[in-house]
Amino acid sequence: MINILKNRIFKGIVTRKLKTSFFKNIEPAGKELKTLMRKRFGRSLAIRQVDMGSCGACISEIISANNPIYDLQRFGIKFVASPRHADALLVTGPLTKNMLLALKNTYAATPEAKFVITLGDCALDGGLFKDSYYVQGGINEALPVLLHIPGCPPEPLTIINYLLDFLRQDSKK
Amino acid sequence: MVCAELIIQIKNKFPAFNALEVSQAYADEVRLKVEPSLFKNTCLTLHKILPSPVMMFFAEDQRAGRGCFVLNCQFVSFKKGQWVSVYADIPDDQACFESLARDIYSASLFEREIQEMFGILPQGNPDLRRLNLHDETWPQGNFPLRKDFRNIQPASLGEYKFAKIEGEGIFEIPVGPVHAGIIAPGHFRFSAAGEPIVNLEIRLGFTHRGVEKLFEKKAPGDCLRLSEAVAGDSAFSHSLAFTMAAEKISALTICAQASYLRAIFLELERAYNHLNSIGGIATDVGFSFPSAFAAILKEEILQLNQQLSGSRYLKNINLIGGIASGINQEKRKLLLKSLKAIKRDFEELVKILYNSVSFMDRVESTGLLHRKTAEDLGIVGLAARASGIPTDLRQYFPSVYQKAGFQMAREESGDALARLNIRVAEFRQSIRLIEEFTSLLKDNEEIRTESSLKPGSALGYVEAWRGPVLYWLKINEDGLIERCKIVDASFHNWQALAYAVLGNIIPDFPLCNKSFDLSYTGNDL
Repeated sequence: MINILKNRIFKGIVTRKLKTSFFKNIEPAGKELKTLMRKRFGRSLAIRQVDMGSCGACISEIISANNPIYDLQRFGIKFVASPRHADALLVTGPLTKNMLLALKNTYAATPEAKFVITLGDCALDGGLFKDSYYVQGGINEALPVLLHIPGCPPEPLTIINYLLDFLRQDSKK
Repeated sequence: MVCAELIIQIKNKFPAFNALEVSQAYADEVRLKVEPSLFKNTCLTLHKILPSPVMMFFAEDQRAGRGCFVLNCQFVSFKKGQWVSVYADIPDDQACFESLARDIYSASLFEREIQEMFGILPQGNPDLRRLNLHDETWPQGNFPLRKDFRNIQPASLGEYKFAKIEGEGIFEIPVGPVHAGIIAPGHFRFSAAGEPIVNLEIRLGFTHRGVEKLFEKKAPGDCLRLSEAVAGDSAFSHSLAFTMAAEKISALTICAQASYLRAIFLELERAYNHLNSIGGIATDVGFSFPSAFAAILKEEILQLNQQLSGSRYLKNINLIGGIASGINQEKRKLLLKSLKAIKRDFEELVKILYNSVSFMDRVESTGLLHRKTAEDLGIVGLAARASGIPTDLRQYFPSVYQKAGFQMAREESGDALARLNIRVAEFRQSIRLIEEFTSLLKDNEEIRTESSLKPGSALGYVEAWRGPVLYWLKINEDGLIERCKIVDASFHNWQALAYAVLGNIIPDFPLCNKSFDLSYTGNDL
């Protein structure tokens, strides 16, 4: 316990203030978003991630976006274990044959109002794997996709930026 | 005669042995061609005398040119620092062979793969269920790795049969493929009586993308990105094993500077992944502070990767013949400075974990994998070292590691704590190795050798953070890839998890799973 306290005090707050010019709007946007989401969902946004066969780098970056440095949760976006608890699905990887049914079932298990976000170049059109006998293209061939976050893999700040931008626009409609 | 000693050893055990062809294509590769009737016994003999599990076992479709399939089974001899392969021609009209699975467990999964991908029957294999081409989605009689496979021919679908465990009070818990938190898909079927797990059947293949077929008919230079995408957390190891095979075929010598750079990147990959696993183990026992702390350290290494190579996951940096860009003096300074801070923080992290009685209580004797079980299953890499098996390619095929005084980490107890200890020891060693190799770097020196690619075949191998990553590559006369067989350590080691959890309570499953930290995509290909 004493080690933890010592460490905690010396380290201080590691969470990025997100002050770089490209992302300077995030912090206020996050606050604005929080209020908007409260209005819309009556709570924060819950996401269930579904991997279809990404190499794992996309997954790792989503996990990174939740680490103490980027801390996606401070904007009210959290990842949940069950689709029953989710408002949105975040799908990574190409549309692989073996996962197609599981993806559709997961989507069906998600309560309305729901939407689908895809992440990473493979999810858009199959990416590196699009010519494979076991890949049927991008996720949008199976489900309606509202937002795509590009990159191979997209970095945590890119993920946060895209999510926040999208939610802001979507809320204004 | 080439490898006379090995031949004599085989003959002592197996007098009827007769090789059609013995060759030593490279200093570290011995190849024995045998009649199909002798294939099984030759493999069994090698398995015993080397001793080695089946490291790789695959087929090749040569029906177009020679009217046959070729079976190829690879073993490793740590004593000699050599890979020994046995191969045999299987006629097209009699596409079957005698199964090794009843005698060598590690051959079992490979045989199932050969059966589903090529339609070559391993006679006598007790389990012929498909691995990656799921019965529910892929019609029977379609063999995608055959050269004449074009489109799927419609046929009836099947159903996967799980092993049924029966008895009083036994119930089944199916989990997945969409499971846990932010993770790749897999199906786990537990049979439990009360809390303890009686049986675990792991069904994988959900992320199968047909990677091996995608390599075919492409120029090796165009496949680097693909090799990096086989398993994103081992992107550098996979591309390194791939380029190593291509370089061996073309007799390309890698300059010293490039070898040091490659070793640095390989150790950086090991370091960030070990941190990730250590953090994951802390998460799975519900100890959130060190898990957050490990995540910060992992992020620091990822950012360091980006500054050194331009990619957080060390993608796009490795090339056939060398490395795309070096680490200049400025970056070297940054690297050493960051490592110093990371090292200090890491020791803090270790202290927090090991001083917590409740944490130690959870990891000690959890997920036990006995050495005998590990040897019988042919477990490799980190998991094998934690069960007392001395196996590390960096030790037995040292190249640059010899200079740096590499020492293999090893534990005896085989539980989650042993695997954690190995990670801690290897992390420290990786940092030391990176520092060592960085001191050998110079500015303005050659980091890439260029030469045209030649036809031929070779094995590339790298000790990645989970264990060996193997690429067997064959390039044809046109300079295109004819066959590329990939084996990630996960393919061997998922079996270990199914045994290690037995007798543990179900709530400890995530901890057991994370202590192995295996790849879904690396396994499913």
